[in-house]
Amino acid sequence: MRNLSNRIVVWPACAFVLLLTSLQAFGGTLKVCTTCAYTSVKQAVRQAKAGDVVLVDGGVYLESGIEITQPIRLIGQNNPVIDGNNSGQIITVSSDNVTVQGFTLQNVATSYTRDDAAIRVRQQNNIQILNNTILKTYYGIYLQYSDGIIIKDNVVKGENVGRTESSLGNAIHVYYTDDVQIIGNDVQGHRDGIYLETVKNSTVERNTSHQNSRYGLHFMFSDGNAYTHNTFRRNGAGVAVMYTTNVRMEYNVFEDNWGAASYGLLLKEINNSVIYNNTFRRNTTGIHMESSSRLDIKNNDFERNGWAIKLMTTCIDDTFRLNNFTGNSFDISTNGNAQHNYFEHNYWDKYTGYDLDKDGVGDVPYRPVSLYSMLIERVPPSVMLMRSFMVDLLDNMERVLPSIIPQNLVDEHPLMKKIDHDNNREFKQNLRQTASAPWRER
Amino acid sequence: MNKLIKYVLYDIVRNKIIVAYTLFLLLLSIGLFHLGGSPDKGLLSLLNLVLLTVPLISIVFGTTHFYNSYEFMELLVSQPIKRSKIFLSEYLGVSLSLSAAFGIGVGVPVLLFAPGATGLFLLLTGIFVTFIFVALAFLASVITRDKAKGIGIALLLWFYFALIYDGLVLFVLYSFGDYPLEKATLVLTALNPVDLGRVLVLLNLDVSAMMGYTGALYKSIFGSGWGIAIAFAVMVLWVLLPLLSARRVFQKRDL
Repeated sequence: MRNLSNRIVVWPACAFVLLLTSLQAFGGTLKVCTTCAYTSVKQAVRQAKAGDVVLVDGGVYLESGIEITQPIRLIGQNNPVIDGNNSGQIITVSSDNVTVQGFTLQNVATSYTRDDAAIRVRQQNNIQILNNTILKTYYGIYLQYSDGIIIKDNVVKGENVGRTESSLGNAIHVYYTDDVQIIGNDVQGHRDGIYLETVKNSTVERNTSHQNSRYGLHFMFSDGNAYTHNTFRRNGAGVAVMYTTNVRMEYNVFEDNWGAASYGLLLKEINNSVIYNNTFRRNTTGIHMESSSRLDIKNNDFERNGWAIKLMTTCIDDTFRLNNFTGNSFDISTNGNAQHNYFEHNYWDKYTGYDLDKDGVGDVPYRPVSLYSMLIERVPPSVMLMRSFMVDLLDNMERVLPSIIPQNLVDEHPLMKKIDHDNNREFKQNLRQTASAPWRER
Repeated sequence: MNKLIKYVLYDIVRNKIIVAYTLFLLLLSIGLFHLGGSPDKGLLSLLNLVLLTVPLISIVFGTTHFYNSYEFMELLVSQPIKRSKIFLSEYLGVSLSLSAAFGIGVGVPVLLFAPGATGLFLLLTGIFVTFIFVALAFLASVITRDKAKGIGIALLLWFYFALIYDGLVLFVLYSFGDYPLEKATLVLTALNPVDLGRVLVLLNLDVSAMMGYTGALYKSIFGSGWGIAIAFAVMVLWVLLPLLSARRVFQKRDL
C-alpha cells in the first residue's frame, strides 16, 4: 500500500520536473543588480512572464511586498539580501510552480493582524523554497491552503531573547497544506520551530529546531506524516503533538529540554503511531503521554531524563519494547492504578534481578514505577523529600513487596544488558521468537 | 577560654578518630566524584552521604567525647572558671574539629571537582549540620549522667532527624493531600535542619526543574538573597536552641 502511494507521489513529481525544465528552456532570464536593467527585485518580478528566471545578484535590496503572480524562478546569486526594513511582508507567492532560492531575507516586524512572513504561500501548488536564510522576522515561511511544497535547506533564525511568546511567530508555519517536504532546515529563536496544522502526507526530515520559545515541533490534526532524523534541542517546552493518528517518528533526537514545564515529547491524543529509534536525552520529562493509544514505542534510548516516561492512565494499548532506560531519576511514572499498556524486553539500569539461564533476559519481573513517583503524582508537595534516605528505603521495600504501585505495570522480561540498537539484531530476533506474550504486528 | 579550646582541640586530635573521619570523608568524596561521571551527579550522591553520615558521626562523637572528658570538666569546675565557659569551650572544641575534618574531607574534593555555588552550599550545609548535631549531642549528654543512656538518646535524635521525621512528613502530606500544602511544606522543611540543608542544595542543582510547583515556590523563596539569609538564620537557630538549653542544664545541675 505504501509503495503504491509512493508511486502515486513520485510520478507527478517527475512530470512536474520535466515540465519545469521544459518551461525554463523557453523562458527568458531577467537579471537584477545595481547596474542591470532592473535594479529592484519587485520591478523584475512584475515584468517576468511565465517560465522566466529572475536572477538576483549579490547586494542589499531594501524591498518588501514582492508579489509573484507568474510561475517563475526567483534565484539569488552571490547571496543577495532583501531587507524588508520592517515595512511588511517580503515575498508573497500567488502563483503555482514557483521557486525561491538562495536569498537572505531579513527584518519583518511583528504584525498581529496580518501575520507578516518573509515568504508566504497562499493557495498554490508546487512551490519550492530552497537555501534561503531568513533573519529577524515575525513568521519565517508561512504556507496556507497549498499543496506539494518543498522547503529545503533553509535557515530561519529569529530573536526571541527577552520577548514574550505572543509577540513571536513561528519559523515554519504550515496550515491546511498537503504533501509538504520540510528537509534539512535549521530553525531557531521563534515561538514554534515547525508548526503544522491539518497537514497530511508530509515529511519532516533532518531538521534542527532549537532554542525556540515554545515548541521545537508542534502539530495538530496532521495525520499520516513522517518525522525522521530531526534534532529538537533546548526548546522552551520541547515538542508537543496533538490530535493526530498514523504518525511515524524515527531517529529523532530530543535533548536538553530542561525546565519546570519542559518535555522532550508531549503526546496528546496521538493514536496508531510508531516511535522508533529515537533518543531522549536530558529532558525534564522524556515522553509525556496523555490519551494516546495503540502506540508502538520501540528501540528508543532514554538517557538522564528527570522522568523518562510519564504515562497517564488515559493511555491504553501502548507497547514499549526494546528501549534502553539509563540514568533517569524516574523511569516511569503514572497517576493511577489502572494500566493497560504493555512493557517487554526493555533494559532498565535500575533492575537488580538475576539471569540464571543466561539467555540475556532477567528471570524476575521489573516494576519501573517507584512508590515515590506515584506519591509525587498524587501529592505534589512531597517533592520536599526528594533524595531523602527515607524515600529510598520506602522505594526499595515497595519493590520487594508491591502494594501501592500498579500491579500491571511490569516488565516481565527485562533485559540484563543495554541494547546496542545497531549491532544486536540477532539477539532481538531471537527475543521475538521466544516471546510468549502477544503483540500487534504492524 | 581560648586556652581551654586549645586543650580540647589538642586532646581530640591526639586520639586519631578525627583523622580517620577526615580520611573516610576524603576517600568517599573522591570516590563518588570519580564514579558519578558528571560533577553534578557526584554532588548529588555526596549530598545524600553527607546528610546521613555527618549527623550520625557528629552526634555519636559529641556524646562520647562529652562523657569521656567528664573528669577533665570536674577538674576545671574546681578552678575559678565559669561553668558556661567550660561548656562552650568543650562545644567549640568538638564542633570546630569535626567541621575542620569535614572541610578537608569534603571541601577539598568539592573545590577540586565541582567548584561553584552548589558546592559552597553543600559545604555550608555540612558545617551547619555538624554544629547542630554536636549541640544536640551535648544536650543529650547533659540530660543524663548515664553514658549508655546518653548515647541512646543521641542515637534516637539522629534517627528522628534522618528517618522518622521524613516518614512523619510523608504521612502528614499523604493524609492531607487534598489541601494546598505548599506553604506547610516550607514550615515542615524548616523544622528539620537535615531537610532544610538538602532542599537548599537541591535547589541549586538542575534537579530543581523536576520539583514542580512546590519547587518553584521554594525557589522563589530560597532563590533570593533574603531567602538564603533566612534559611541560614534558621540553621543558626537550630544551633543555638539545643546549645543554649544544654548550657542552662549544665550550669544548674549537680555534676
